[in-house]
Amino acid sequence: MIEVKNLQKSFGKLEILKGIDLNIHKGEVVVVIGPSGSGKSTFLRCLNLLEQPTGGEINFEGQSITAKRHDINVTREKMGMVFQQFNLFPHKSVLQNIMLAPLKVRKQQSAEAEKYAMELLRTVGLEDKRDAYPAQLSGGQKQRIAIARALAMQPHVMLFDEPTSALDPEMVGEVLEVMKQLAVGGMTMVIVTHEMGFAREVGDRILFMDGGVIVEQGTPAEVFGNPKHARTRDFLSKVL
Amino acid sequence: MSVLDMAYEYRNFFLSGLKYTLLLAVLGVFFGFVLGIVVSLLRMSKWRILRFIATAWVEFLRGTPMLVQLFLIHYGLPEFGISLSPIQSGAITLTINSSAYLAEIFRAGIQGVDRGQMEAARSLGMKQGMTMRYIILPQALKNVLPAIGNEFITIIKESSIVSMIGVADLLFEARSVTSITYEGLNPLIVIAAMYFVLTFTLSKLLGILERRLNTDDRG
Repeated sequence: MIEVKNLQKSFGKLEILKGIDLNIHKGEVVVVIGPSGSGKSTFLRCLNLLEQPTGGEINFEGQSITAKRHDINVTREKMGMVFQQFNLFPHKSVLQNIMLAPLKVRKQQSAEAEKYAMELLRTVGLEDKRDAYPAQLSGGQKQRIAIARALAMQPHVMLFDEPTSALDPEMVGEVLEVMKQLAVGGMTMVIVTHEMGFAREVGDRILFMDGGVIVEQGTPAEVFGNPKHARTRDFLSKVL
Repeated sequence: MSVLDMAYEYRNFFLSGLKYTLLLAVLGVFFGFVLGIVVSLLRMSKWRILRFIATAWVEFLRGTPMLVQLFLIHYGLPEFGISLSPIQSGAITLTINSSAYLAEIFRAGIQGVDRGQMEAARSLGMKQGMTMRYIILPQALKNVLPAIGNEFITIIKESSIVSMIGVADLLFEARSVTSITYEGLNPLIVIAAMYFVLTFTLSKLLGILERRLNTDDRG
């Protein structure tokens, strides 16, 4: 579904990604772990071109999205993204946050968009917050709304950029629970996270990144149970 | 004659002046606002030439006296075959001058909106212009509302320079009353009070608007 070939990204002289090769299959849950500064967030943000790669190629559903003439807006509709800082629109209510893109980008009818938005709110357990504003929500609630907002575009893949890193510890669980439901429902997901327990439980494949490359990848049992690489062992011994 | 007697006796002069002052202020505020948004977006354009034009526009209009700009437009443009009525010249001067100040205010507001807002909107497939319109500008304008209010008040006050080219605004009418009554001070007191009522009302209205916008969001 997503093919990444020799992906590179530099900021000026600083090389962040030094050639990433990866195929992500439909329905797969790929979890990216690694120390800070390893390039895992940058990698994720390259997938929907929030960061413009400086080299390599990305294909999404058979189309090169890094090609010059490609209209990235069309691809982004099919790639939902959830951010560490939620990035809800503070001047819009919960329902408006979810409905905005379906109404403006997809040109859906208001009734249809609202019906689906309410369905999503039920999925994330926040239907009573439909008219609340983001400032009135807890961090965990904000992130669940952000997930609903991304899902409203009926994406084919969901990208999660450290979705629980800005949350108070007691709110991490509710967000992971929603993500788990999504994974069970067959959504293709790429998740950058520090939640190792979650990675082990929900991930189909674990990528360990360090220094701008994928050092090691495999099933959770392989990577967590029997890491081959010294850097992986070193990292895991610090976080587990 | 007391100030109040004078205000009443010559009310037709003052009200007629008020009409022109209000007309020019409203035109200046409205077109200055629209043009200011355009100029601020040009200043952040990815094309260097557009950025240069917008920057030159702002720097020139901020760096020269508005009275000089008014004279350049009213007495200078006819040299190039463009003759404008005093009201047209006044409205244009107020518009371009306020557009420069408002452009700087808008730019600060737009750049003050968190980067994540743009990223979230773009990640949903919204185009740049759509994101500006629905996400960035509403937040930016709200954040700089007090500064915008200041600029509106400035436009109302500065509109008095149009009396120099013969627009019969408040200041112009005050001088007419002086020339009829030989009273120098009182007509000025009357229009000063009228200017103050205008600007004070506006500032209160903006205060209400600000509070209303703040009750919604903002944690």
